[in-house]
Amino acid sequence: MNTEPAKKRPAISREVTCPYCSLLCDDLVVQNSAGTLTVEENGCHLASQGFATATVNSTPRIRGKTVSLDEAIDESARILKRSKLPLITGLGTDVAGVRAALELAEKSGAIVDHMHNHGIVKNSLVLQDLGWIMTTMSEIRNRADLIIFAGTDAGNYPRFYERVIHNDKSLFKTNVRNRDIIYIGDELDPRAGKNKAGKRPTVINCKPENIGEVFSVIHTMIVGDQLDTDVIHGIKLKTLVDLAERMKQASYGVIVWAPGELNIPHAELTIQNFCEVIKYLTRKTRFAGFSLGGNDGGTTAMNVSAWQSGYPLRISYHKGYPEYDPHIYSTNNVLKNRRVDAMLWVSSISTDIRPPRADIPSIILANPQTRIGYRPDVFIPVGTPGVDHKGHMFRTDSVVSLPLKQLRESVLPSVARVLRNTLDNM
Amino acid sequence: MYIKLAGGTVYDPVHGINAEKRDIYIHDGQITRKPNPDVRIDKTYDLGGKVVMAGAIDIHTHIGGGKVNIARLMLPEDHQKDPVKKTALTRAGCGHAAPTTMTTGYRYAEMGYTACFEPAMLPINARQAHMEMADIPMVDKGAYALLGSDDFFLRMLAANKGREAISDYVSWIINATQAIGIKVVNPGGISAFKFNQRKLNLDDKNSYYNVSPRQVLKSLASAVRELGVPHPLHVHGCNLGVAGNDQTTLDTIQAADGLPMHLTHIQFHSYGTEGDRKFSSGAARLAEAINENHNISVDVGQILFGQTVTASGDTMMQYEGHWHAHPKKWVIMDIECDAGCGVVPFKYRDKNYVNALQWAIGLEMFLLVNDPWRIFLTTDHPNGAPFTTYPHLIRLLMDRSFRNDMLSTINKDAAAASILGSIDREYTLYEIAIMTRAAPARSLGLRNRGHLGSGAAADIAVYDDLKNREKMFAKPCYVFKDGELVVEKGKVCKVINGGTHTLKPGYDKTIEKTLKRYFDDYQTVKLNNFRIEDDEILEYGNSSLIEQPCL
Repeated sequence: MNTEPAKKRPAISREVTCPYCSLLCDDLVVQNSAGTLTVEENGCHLASQGFATATVNSTPRIRGKTVSLDEAIDESARILKRSKLPLITGLGTDVAGVRAALELAEKSGAIVDHMHNHGIVKNSLVLQDLGWIMTTMSEIRNRADLIIFAGTDAGNYPRFYERVIHNDKSLFKTNVRNRDIIYIGDELDPRAGKNKAGKRPTVINCKPENIGEVFSVIHTMIVGDQLDTDVIHGIKLKTLVDLAERMKQASYGVIVWAPGELNIPHAELTIQNFCEVIKYLTRKTRFAGFSLGGNDGGTTAMNVSAWQSGYPLRISYHKGYPEYDPHIYSTNNVLKNRRVDAMLWVSSISTDIRPPRADIPSIILANPQTRIGYRPDVFIPVGTPGVDHKGHMFRTDSVVSLPLKQLRESVLPSVARVLRNTLDNM
Repeated sequence: MYIKLAGGTVYDPVHGINAEKRDIYIHDGQITRKPNPDVRIDKTYDLGGKVVMAGAIDIHTHIGGGKVNIARLMLPEDHQKDPVKKTALTRAGCGHAAPTTMTTGYRYAEMGYTACFEPAMLPINARQAHMEMADIPMVDKGAYALLGSDDFFLRMLAANKGREAISDYVSWIINATQAIGIKVVNPGGISAFKFNQRKLNLDDKNSYYNVSPRQVLKSLASAVRELGVPHPLHVHGCNLGVAGNDQTTLDTIQAADGLPMHLTHIQFHSYGTEGDRKFSSGAARLAEAINENHNISVDVGQILFGQTVTASGDTMMQYEGHWHAHPKKWVIMDIECDAGCGVVPFKYRDKNYVNALQWAIGLEMFLLVNDPWRIFLTTDHPNGAPFTTYPHLIRLLMDRSFRNDMLSTINKDAAAASILGSIDREYTLYEIAIMTRAAPARSLGLRNRGHLGSGAAADIAVYDDLKNREKMFAKPCYVFKDGELVVEKGKVCKVINGGTHTLKPGYDKTIEKTLKRYFDDYQTVKLNNFRIEDDEILEYGNSSLIEQPCL
C-alpha cells in the first residue's frame, strides 16, 4: 500500500475543542494541510485566527542566543534555584501545565498568579464573602426565559449567542425563541440580543461604576420598598420598576457578567449586588448567575490551584505551604513592589499577550509568535494545547472540562513537559 | 521479593478469622500462601501483639469533583487554620473540612485507608472528578455516577421507555464516566428544584415530568440490578434533614420492594417529630426496618461537633439548609440539565439541641443495626464531619464509658431524648474490620480487596492494640499498599499513586444514536467529548485502571 498520497491529503479533525476562549466550543471541524490549520466549520474569528497560527521554526534562547532545549531548561532551573522568591505567572496553559507549574512553585517557594486573575479575583471575593447561585451553559440554553447582560455584551465570546441564546429547541416548554433580553451598562452592543422571535432587547444605559447601584435599586423594588427619587443615574425609576417586575415573573432568569470587563474599583461589590438580587429572587422563583471569563486557561488554573492548594491562585509557597492573598500576591503588585527576584511567565494559547517586563531574571515559556518586546534571560517556545499537543481545559462555567486534541505534528514541547524537566533539574 | 508479616493478631472477617495469631506473606504486591521453606524472605516485620487488618475502604466520601472544589474555593479561613507544609516526600496543601487532594490522600493512608469512593460524581463533571482524584495519592479511588435528575433519564421515564432502554443508558453512563456504581440524590428533586419545586415527597410528582421519586428509585434500582452492578443503587433519599423524614425513609425501604438498595448517610434521614421541639430520633424504628430487610444496606453519615462544610448534589435541600449556613455564605448551582450542587458551610454545636440529637441519632443507628455487613462507617465527609474524625468515631462505637462521658457533655434535653445512654453495645475489632474493610469491599464488588486471603491485593493496615481506640486507629504502625510499605508510625514514608476502580457493564450500542441526537440538540458538549476514554484516566496520573467484574 502506498501511504504517500495519504500523507499529503489534508487531514480533517472533527469535534475539535477550541482553546482560544473559555467557551471551549467543541464542535469545530479543522483541516490540517501540511501543518497549516484551517477552521472549516463552526469557528469564530478567534478560532480562525488562533488555529491559523503557523508553526514556526523557533528555538530556545538564553539571553538571545540560540541554545538546545536542555540548556534552556538547565538555565531556567538555575534561575529558579538561585531565586529567594520567584513569581510563576501567566499560566496560559492546560491542566497538565498548571499541575506542573504548581509543583514547581512549591519546590521553588514561588508566588503563583494567572494573567487574567484581575478578573477572576473579583468573582472569588464574592464567592468567599457571601456565595452565590450560578448556572451553566446548557441550563441557559434550555431554561432561561429572561437574560440580563450586566456590564458585558458577551462580544468577547463570539459564539455565546449562537450556542445558548439563539437556539430554536428547548428540552422544556420554555419559549426560548422569545426570551426577554436586557442589557445594563455602557457602550454595549445589543444587536446580537434580538431574540429569535424578532424582539429587540431592552437596553438600560449606565456607566459601569453605576451598575451596582442600579441593581441595588432593582433589588429594592423587588423587595417592595419605596425610593424617594424618580431618576437614578439618568434612568427613570419606572424603567427599573418594570424590569423588577419582569424579573419576578421570570421562571428562570439569568444575570450574565464578565468580571474581567468590569474595570471599576468596586467590581466585586457590583458582582455581589448581582448575586444578592439573584438570591432574593430565588426565595420565590428561580434565578441564577453566569460568569464569562477565565480565558487562556484562567478557569483551569483556578480549579487546579483550588484542589492542590485550597485557594484560587494568588498564592505563595514561600513558607513551604500555600498562603493566599488576592491583593498582595498579584503579578502587578509583586513586580511593582519588587517583592520577587525572578519571573517565570507561561503563555501557550493566545499569541497577542505580552509578558510583563521586569528588571529581574525572567524565563518566558510562550507560543513562538508571542511578541515579547524585550530579551528575557530564557525563552522557550512551547506548543499550544489543543493544537500541538493533547490536553484538558475548563470551560468558563467551571463545571465542564473538555479534552483537547493534537491536530498537527509539532516539534514544540508542551508547557507541562518543559516544567517537569525543569523540576527534575531543581 | 517476599515480605513476611509475622505473628500479628489478624482480623479477616471474609475468612472468619477473628483475632488469630497468623503470619501473612506478600509477594509482587499480593498476599500469598506461605512459600516453600527454600524461598528467601526479603523482609520480615515482627507484628507480635499488633492488630492486622486489610486496608480500610471508605464507601462514601466527597473527595473530588466540582462541589468539593467549590467548598475549597469558598473557605480560605478554614484552610488557614490547617496549613500543610511540604516535606522531602510529600506535597504541601491544607487540611480540615475541605482538604486539598494530596493532603486527602496522605491523611487517609495515615489512618490505614487504602481505597476511597467519591459518591456523587455528576456525569458532566466526571472528568474533573477523575482529574482531581488522580491528584489524591496513596489510595485507590472510584466514583458513583449521579443519575435521577438528569433530563435524558427523566424524559425516558416520563415517556415510559422500557426497562431495557433505561438499563442501556445507565450502563452507557457508567462506561462513559468511568464509574463503579450509580447514585441517586433526592430522586428527581434536583430537577424539580429547577422547576421551582421546593419539596418532593416519595410520591409527589416532578411538576414537569410528572414522575415521582418512587418511580425514579425503582427504575434505577432495577437497572443497576439488571446490569449486574455489584453495588446496589446508592440512595440519598427525599427530605434530607427534615423532621419527620424517618417515615420517608421507611417508605423508601418499602419502595425498594426487595431490590438491593444502599441508603446513604441515613443519620440525616432518621428524624422524627416527637417531643416539644418536634424533632426526635427515628433511629430505633429505622434500625428495626433495616434489620428486617436484608436487601438494605446503609452508611451512617455521623455528625461530630465543630466546623465543617456540607457539599451535596441536593440543591433543593441545600437551599433550605442555607438559612443555617455558618459562616453565612453558600453556593447553589444548576448544572447542565444533568444535576446540581449546593455547598453550605456548617458548624455542629454540642450544646444545640438539634445538633446534639443528630450526633446521638447517628450513634444509635450504628448500635441498633445488628449486622455490621450492612452498615458502614462514614461521616459523609465533609458533611457530617471531616474524615479525619474516624478514629474518634471508632472509639465512640467501641468504648461505652467514653461514649457515655461524651453523652454527658451534650445538650441536656437532647441527651434525655436519646436512648443512647441505655445502649450497652460496644463494637468489637472484628466488627470494625467488617464495617470498614470486608463489607465495603463486598458491597462494591472489589475483587481481591477488603480481605487478607491469598490472591488479595496486599493492602494491609497494622495497628498497636491500644486500649484507647482513637489513638490506635489514628496512627497505624504500618500501612502497606499493593505490598509496598507506604506508612510507618502513622506517617507517610513512601508516596505512591493508586488506581481507579471501574466497571464496564455491557449495553446495546444503539443507545448512542439517541444520545448523540440529544447531545446535539440540547447539550453544549459533544457526546464524544463527554465520554472519558480509558487512556485519559491514566494520563491524569492514576497508576492503573482496575476493571471490576459485573455480577
